[in-house]
Amino acid sequence: MSPASGQFKPGDRVKVKFEDRPGHLRTPWYIRGKSGWVEKVYGDFLNPELLAFGKDGLPKKTLYLVAFNFTDVFAKPAGAKDKVLVDIYDHWLEPLA
Amino acid sequence: MARGHHDIGGLSGAGAIDVTEHQLSDWEILADAVNQALGARGVKRTDEMRRAREEMDSAAYRDMTYYERWIASIEAILVEKNILSKAEIDRKLAEFESKWGEP
Repeated sequence: MSPASGQFKPGDRVKVKFEDRPGHLRTPWYIRGKSGWVEKVYGDFLNPELLAFGKDGLPKKTLYLVAFNFTDVFAKPAGAKDKVLVDIYDHWLEPLA
Repeated sequence: MARGHHDIGGLSGAGAIDVTEHQLSDWEILADAVNQALGARGVKRTDEMRRAREEMDSAAYRDMTYYERWIASIEAILVEKNILSKAEIDRKLAEFESKWGEP
């Protein structure tokens, strides 16, 4: 498998874009606008937001496992080490300094 | 736009998840078989099925059971791709109903 084409590597701090547009959006509402870090790079995959409309899914998009502190996502008590892990595509993420 | 009817992660008030074992009905197993056959033949993709469920009328979506949503989305995609027409599906349904009675 060729190296992933996306802009991030494990450990990079990222912010999920808060996009709200018509279509098949693969990023759940509860995680939009939240900040976390890249836990793992899965690789490049056909873009499901295009496949959903019968298109070929190209260009491929890099998919990441992104981690968030639990309390940054949900206003509920949690253990200090509790994380929320979400699979998110490259075009949904922006770099965070 | 707002949060879609399918996108309910993190919302409160849904109650406890029913984790008791239950028997699938014959039609539910058939729905799964049809879905898999259409996928194996390259007629539709999972992403299209998900999009069809997201595009459904929200009240209808909430009223339907899991496999009812499946067959409704299969119907929507087959009609969208001009593989079956709504009239053909309705005609076949009327045939079955006259043969076996209303479901």
